[in-house]
Amino acid sequence: MSAGHWPMPAEEVMRLPYRSETAALLSESATRLFGAVNDGELRKAELGGWSETSWREVAEAGFPLAFVSEAGGGFGVAPAEAIELVRIAGYHAAPVPLAEAMLANRLLTEAGFAPVDRPATIAPVTGCTAFSLQREGAGWRIRGRAVGVPWARHAGTIVALADHDGSPFVVALNRTIAELEQRASLAGVPSDALTIDALLSNDDVRPAPTRWNCETLRAAGAALRVAEMAGALERVLELTVTYANERVQFGKPIGKQQAVQQSLAVLAGQVAACGGAAAIAGAAFDGLDIPSIAAAKARAGEAVSVAAPIAHQVHGAIGFTEEHRLHFFTRRLWAWRDEFGSERHWSAILGGQALAAGAEGLWPFVTAFGAPQEAR
Amino acid sequence: MTYFTFPNAPPLPEAEKLRGEVRAFLAEELRNVPAHVRAASWSGFDAQFSRRMGERGWIGMTWPKQYGGHERSSLERYVVLEEMLAVGAPVAAHWIADRQSGPLLLRFGTEEQRQNVLPKIAAGELFCCIGMSEPDSGSDLAAVRTRAEPVDGGFRVNGTKLWTTYGHRAHYMLLFCRTSGGPADRHKGTSQLLVDLTLPGITIRPIADLSGAKHFNEVVFENVFVPGSALIGEEGNGWHQVTSELAYERSGPERFLSSFVLFAELIRVLQRNPSDHATIAVGRLISHFVVLRQLSRGVAWLLQNGENPALEAAVVKDLGALVEQEIPDVVRSLVEIDPDSEQTRELARTLHYIVQAAPSFSLRGGTREILRGIIARGLGLR
Repeated sequence: MSAGHWPMPAEEVMRLPYRSETAALLSESATRLFGAVNDGELRKAELGGWSETSWREVAEAGFPLAFVSEAGGGFGVAPAEAIELVRIAGYHAAPVPLAEAMLANRLLTEAGFAPVDRPATIAPVTGCTAFSLQREGAGWRIRGRAVGVPWARHAGTIVALADHDGSPFVVALNRTIAELEQRASLAGVPSDALTIDALLSNDDVRPAPTRWNCETLRAAGAALRVAEMAGALERVLELTVTYANERVQFGKPIGKQQAVQQSLAVLAGQVAACGGAAAIAGAAFDGLDIPSIAAAKARAGEAVSVAAPIAHQVHGAIGFTEEHRLHFFTRRLWAWRDEFGSERHWSAILGGQALAAGAEGLWPFVTAFGAPQEAR
Repeated sequence: MTYFTFPNAPPLPEAEKLRGEVRAFLAEELRNVPAHVRAASWSGFDAQFSRRMGERGWIGMTWPKQYGGHERSSLERYVVLEEMLAVGAPVAAHWIADRQSGPLLLRFGTEEQRQNVLPKIAAGELFCCIGMSEPDSGSDLAAVRTRAEPVDGGFRVNGTKLWTTYGHRAHYMLLFCRTSGGPADRHKGTSQLLVDLTLPGITIRPIADLSGAKHFNEVVFENVFVPGSALIGEEGNGWHQVTSELAYERSGPERFLSSFVLFAELIRVLQRNPSDHATIAVGRLISHFVVLRQLSRGVAWLLQNGENPALEAAVVKDLGALVEQEIPDVVRSLVEIDPDSEQTRELARTLHYIVQAAPSFSLRGGTREILRGIIARGLGLR
């Protein structure tokens, strides 16, 4: 057994058989790319703006295709590893719709469409009744309204699920056909309302592959938000520890005060929990395993509710200013915990299943998470 | 910057097969044991039960076969542990020996100690207790005052150990003591001895806990002669050894499942007609258990890979104790307990047990404050 030094030396981490080489390379290039985005670009995104340079780099690196199969133009990296890109984007508060574009391309290619190069997002993010499809002439008419569509105003393609006679269809929409009302998320990033009443050709509409419906689409989005939250929370911990070691009061860094150390330990525990949730969500993404994603999103949301206040408390007044970068992360975290289903939404689903399992079935219900070939 | 590493423990089909065997065994063993008794979980002592566990090969699972072990993986052992805890099997008799005394002897013990003690532990016949805390040395373990003076052929031991869980039922204590120097030397001059508790000069007095239950003890050593062959590892290396023992102590699923039997009883009462509020509260707890289990299995996997997950174990134990301690209040917020009602009587009795046991969840195995200090050190703050 090795001596206990922390953090674990890089060569030891590498020795543990956790990830493939391609995934490691992808992560490295994402870290380089997003790490180079300056605070000015982040501020622009928080005012609803767009960083074309950032998007172009993301697209050139091929990240939007990370969930697409190798045949469809992807890297052939397991989704549980590709989701790491989203965590890294969260860590850097990347001012691009990476999670949304990765999910949109996955849905497009699974339905038989080609993936898109331009920014893409998905709709609806809540509810199942947003869009309906009717046959009209030789094509289709889509009608409906979706709110809270992330980054919609900057997207070229909106990949939507629409209902036709009780069955879900995947629709590839050109954003310009939607009437768009600009709105902002809690973090200030675009979260627009779309009203659509338009004719579509048969080329734009495909039956959704069996496992995709509005509930699994919401779960897929939730899994990606958990990964982003894990990344952003890691950054929040790092910023807060660094600040506590630098800020001197009463003649010593505030991080030397036991009261502050104990608070930071609580913050670190929540970061670990959110990381665990992200690992669960990552493993559950490919199979769209709703209970696992529900547990992950509910726990990650709670982690934010405990951790963000500690980060702000330790940072004091400077962390409450627009000038300080802490809010790039905390405001996104507060927005993300609500998007694609809040703690309340996912806990209700999970609780209903646990109650249905009953007292004797409760423990088997818990151990089914992460079990091989789970039959749910 | 990565402060800690929680790997994804891989799912193991053979572990799931084992799970089925353990469940069948427990269903039979615990058929008529009510929830409020099972709630004691790893505080429940039953020597016969431990012997039956040993017969099935579920103690010392990861140890080499030459010492009575079974050479199975940490994750298989993990399955046995969590299945025991989830239903509240009375595992206290062998728990400490299986968890930390055995691994400590495997790592640091003499060949004679290993051959004499490990096979009996694995058979569920020999029980150990921890000899760390003292009247003036709790969280501050380096303040240890119990002395083992080197004498001809061994040591003469004087001092007092406290809060010794099931010391009155154990055969051996793994005694942490000072063999040279004084308290000012702190970590230096400490050692560990494998002490046969039947030696003359040892007095064991039970101490009742706040509920009146007697599981922990005061153990007094008065001029006890301990042979030199009882020394574990090197004289003076006690601090290094005892801290590695603590990593074993903190890493398991017993650090978040202490109230699980109560949670199951809550489900039994709620399931007929749960409110939205209750359903959400239950789902929230499930999310905690699922994530704690993910992290805790990661710790087991680190152990499997020969790593020292002291920091990760502290994180899991700190998070786990919060959930364990919160569950009684979740129960109280969701159910109107009527001691006269058939429907809530067993829930009430289980709740009463857990309410009184809960303070210990963030004391035993390292207090919350000590754990958070370890985490703060891992963050580079100390």
